[in-house]
Amino acid sequence: MKFGVVVFPGSNCDQDLVDAISIGMQQEVVKLWHKSHDLQGCDFILLPGGFSYGDYLRSGAIARISPIMQEVVQHANSGGYVMGICNGFQILTEAGLLPGALLRNVNQKFICDNVYIKPATTNLLPTRLLDLNKAYKIPVAHGEGRYHADTDTLKRLHDNDQIMFKYSSNAAETHELYNVNGSLLNIAGVSNEKKNVFGMMPHPERAVDPELGNTDGRAIFESIVELVNA
Amino acid sequence: MKFTAEIDVMPRPELLDPQGKAVLLGLEHLGLDQIGNVRIGKHITLQLEAENEEIAREKVEKACSKLLANLIMESYTYALEQQ
Repeated sequence: MKFGVVVFPGSNCDQDLVDAISIGMQQEVVKLWHKSHDLQGCDFILLPGGFSYGDYLRSGAIARISPIMQEVVQHANSGGYVMGICNGFQILTEAGLLPGALLRNVNQKFICDNVYIKPATTNLLPTRLLDLNKAYKIPVAHGEGRYHADTDTLKRLHDNDQIMFKYSSNAAETHELYNVNGSLLNIAGVSNEKKNVFGMMPHPERAVDPELGNTDGRAIFESIVELVNA
Repeated sequence: MKFTAEIDVMPRPELLDPQGKAVLLGLEHLGLDQIGNVRIGKHITLQLEAENEEIAREKVEKACSKLLANLIMESYTYALEQQ
């Protein structure tokens, strides 16, 4: 299993992701430059957080037409794994690889905080090893993270088990009270219909190294690595 | 032929626009009453060359629907003018 982290101009979580995969998970990982058309034989493509193209126009709107995204779309359409975190999630919705859109946080503020999220299913690759009754403490850092989709799409997401994470309390209660950014249904992460493309606003890669005082993100990467390698 | 396009991109009416809501509060603080439904969008101008108006419209439509607006959250209108 070879991982590839795409680097756009303005990405700033690319090295954290590389460290989480290489040091944290002991897996092979390379960085992929946005101008390239070569995925270098990577099996799992990660789109990192940051402010690609300065978040101009809309977060992720310009990055999604970067040269490498043509290859990422093709990879996803032929069943390959793709996961976007924060700005990476925004890019995947802009590219149409994930349903819905991410709007300005309801309180109009950039939120940089540790929040709790609860897996909504264990039927998705990144949540296979997670405990459905546990809240995972994962940092968020975004201004546009309010998940939106029309009613039909939300119903499909629910019926097809595509909701990956919901914002919750530290006791895994998914009440509106714990909805940090105003997302519909407290949604913090989703998958596509084929369940090979994933996106989430919180940053599990910032919660892998014990030196940082929080390893709640490890289980997400372990789910990916163990089950992909199995 | 040279054209100028004046494009407006607006948040969809069913979506909460927190920016517009905050500005409405500011307007009330200014003592302006009987104002409501403030929505904030983007105005984009661009110049383009095309053989005729129909082709120019096609180009602007593509620019709007593929990049300038995200149709899940926004809608767009534009006026095209020959220079």
